[in-house]
Amino acid sequence: MKKLSLNQLLIPLLSIILGLLVGAIVMLIGGYDPVQGFISLFEGMFGSPYAVGETLRAAAPLIFSGLAVAFAFRTGLFNIGVEGQVLIGWVAAVYVGINFDLPMFLHLPLALLAAMVAAAIWAFVPGFLKAKFYVHEVITSIMMNYIALYTTNAILRNVIGVTNERTDSVKESASLASPWLQELTTYSRLHWGVLIAVLAAIVYYYILQRTTLGYELRAVGFNKHASQYAGMSVNRNIVLSFVISGMFAGLAGAMEGLGTFGSMTLSASFTGVGFDGIAVALLGANTAIGVVLAAILFAGLNIGGLAMQLGANVPSELVKVIIAAIVIFVASGYAINYVVEKLKGNRKKGVEKK
Amino acid sequence: MSFLEVLYIVVPVALAYATPLIIAALGGIFSERSGVVNIALEGIMVIGAATGIITTLTLTDLGAGALSPWIALLVAMVVGALFSLFLAVPAILWRADQTVLGVAINMLAIGLAIFVVRVLYNKGQTDFIEYRIAKENVPFLSDIPVLKMFFINVQYTSFVAIALAFVVWFVIFKTPFGLRLRSVGEHPMAADTMGINVTKMRFMGVMLSGAFGGLAGAVYAVTVTTNFSGTTIVGQGFLAIAAMIFGKWNPLGALGAGLFFGFAQALSIIGSNLPVINNVPQLLLLIAPYALTILALAGLVGRADAPKSVGIPYIKGKR
Repeated sequence: MKKLSLNQLLIPLLSIILGLLVGAIVMLIGGYDPVQGFISLFEGMFGSPYAVGETLRAAAPLIFSGLAVAFAFRTGLFNIGVEGQVLIGWVAAVYVGINFDLPMFLHLPLALLAAMVAAAIWAFVPGFLKAKFYVHEVITSIMMNYIALYTTNAILRNVIGVTNERTDSVKESASLASPWLQELTTYSRLHWGVLIAVLAAIVYYYILQRTTLGYELRAVGFNKHASQYAGMSVNRNIVLSFVISGMFAGLAGAMEGLGTFGSMTLSASFTGVGFDGIAVALLGANTAIGVVLAAILFAGLNIGGLAMQLGANVPSELVKVIIAAIVIFVASGYAINYVVEKLKGNRKKGVEKK
Repeated sequence: MSFLEVLYIVVPVALAYATPLIIAALGGIFSERSGVVNIALEGIMVIGAATGIITTLTLTDLGAGALSPWIALLVAMVVGALFSLFLAVPAILWRADQTVLGVAINMLAIGLAIFVVRVLYNKGQTDFIEYRIAKENVPFLSDIPVLKMFFINVQYTSFVAIALAFVVWFVIFKTPFGLRLRSVGEHPMAADTMGINVTKMRFMGVMLSGAFGGLAGAVYAVTVTTNFSGTTIVGQGFLAIAAMIFGKWNPLGALGAGLFFGFAQALSIIGSNLPVINNVPQLLLLIAPYALTILALAGLVGRADAPKSVGIPYIKGKR
């Protein structure tokens, strides 16, 4: 194990504190009581079995979308298209969940597999265009997001046949719902997905750190030219990285389609799961454990935000401001480092003077 | 319905949808030509739309009447420019990843905008504005046969947008400022060696794009939606980015792409009521702008190349 450098932990932690501070300032300016606000927020996150259940429930898709973004990051690629891949995975899972009649031990895995494959195909496009035509993956995957949004709505209307905004529920044999987990958390919507998500984080770690494939992917991320010189196929790795990233994203959609909602709804806008995944990956420093922790934090903030609105009357949108602020601070790591170094330097000088 | 009559209906709607796209795409050009990726355009438009509507409502209450939306456009420009500092400062001074910042700022914008709306009005969306920028028939020009399609039921903001495209083209390609802006986006070190202040030029590029983005959002709000909610701006900013790329980072190209994308949007919205077009699947019209942009980037419909140093923070003395 390589030793974690101080900065690797310091920047995320400082960013969280600074982000919450921004939240407090915005609350003050808006004329709310920050103390009351934060108490309601944290109670809504972890204050009761129900709150814990909801937080973990919301964490499952974020772990997957975070892993998806992080996986591509490790190969030096920015998969901003997770949002669209989530939708594609969601619709595929729901399609299989509704239209097949199989025993559970076949049906559920098949639905999950469908989500992975569909989203992987969707993610293949920006990967292929990057490898073949050197097109920047950020722009193509943004465009693919919108194509996904309109395509899923069209599939819901024309293929699955939604007439009333929402599809039928998926069959029980494809559902992740767990009455036991629900009862345990005083009837939250917690389902088995969160366990699959943690399992996926372990797979993520294993692929990247313990396989030749992972070694190559990371090598390409560190230095494309050196990898090429060492005989690795950079283009193949770029496409593979996107495809695997897409699989994680597809499962994020399956969490919603087979777990939380058990169905899919027509929508004019994105779910936000994919964009939150970028925040999760960044705060989690693209490590498996970091992604899981960051996903739980952001999921908790999203869930706690609703409690904050009820308990302290603070608009739940404040949570978005806090998350955005945290991301901006993490991204500005250079500045934080600079300030920390300066402070350290001053302290040393102070010691010398004595 | 004759073909001409169809055009008389479609063209004004297309112009209305194209206007904010063109303005925002022009903003994107300023930022990206200076070397800063602007995914935040979407969020800046959200802030512009919120500012536009809130200012219009406030001014109307104060008695500014039909002038209020026009003043609101100017206020939105200023607020947009200031808001873009959230991108400019970390991206230019702190070397933060510009794409990540863009995603965060889009989140920040929608959160902040709805938060402010809730604080001000105690609900998640604003009322509808009383005075919008109205659709008018241009005197005399709207009497010309055929050509009148561009002058009936049109908002004057559309002409402003088209004029701006030519102004921005002139500024970027024919003035010393434009030359400097482009040079820091292509090769900042060479520009720096020649005595151009890279930091200053990039700040100007991003803040100009903030002003244009704010204006674009406000225009969309006071001409099309006439209120502000969380679903006022859903993707127009990204569509503007697509228009910028499809127009190859050239203001006149962006004008053409913006008009074309506006046309596609108009058809997807009102096409089902029109002959011929109602046979084209709506999905095709909706995804056309995005699919075409991907094809353009892949070089299949005319190669689109970005400014060379876009997205790369400039670090003095680093080769």
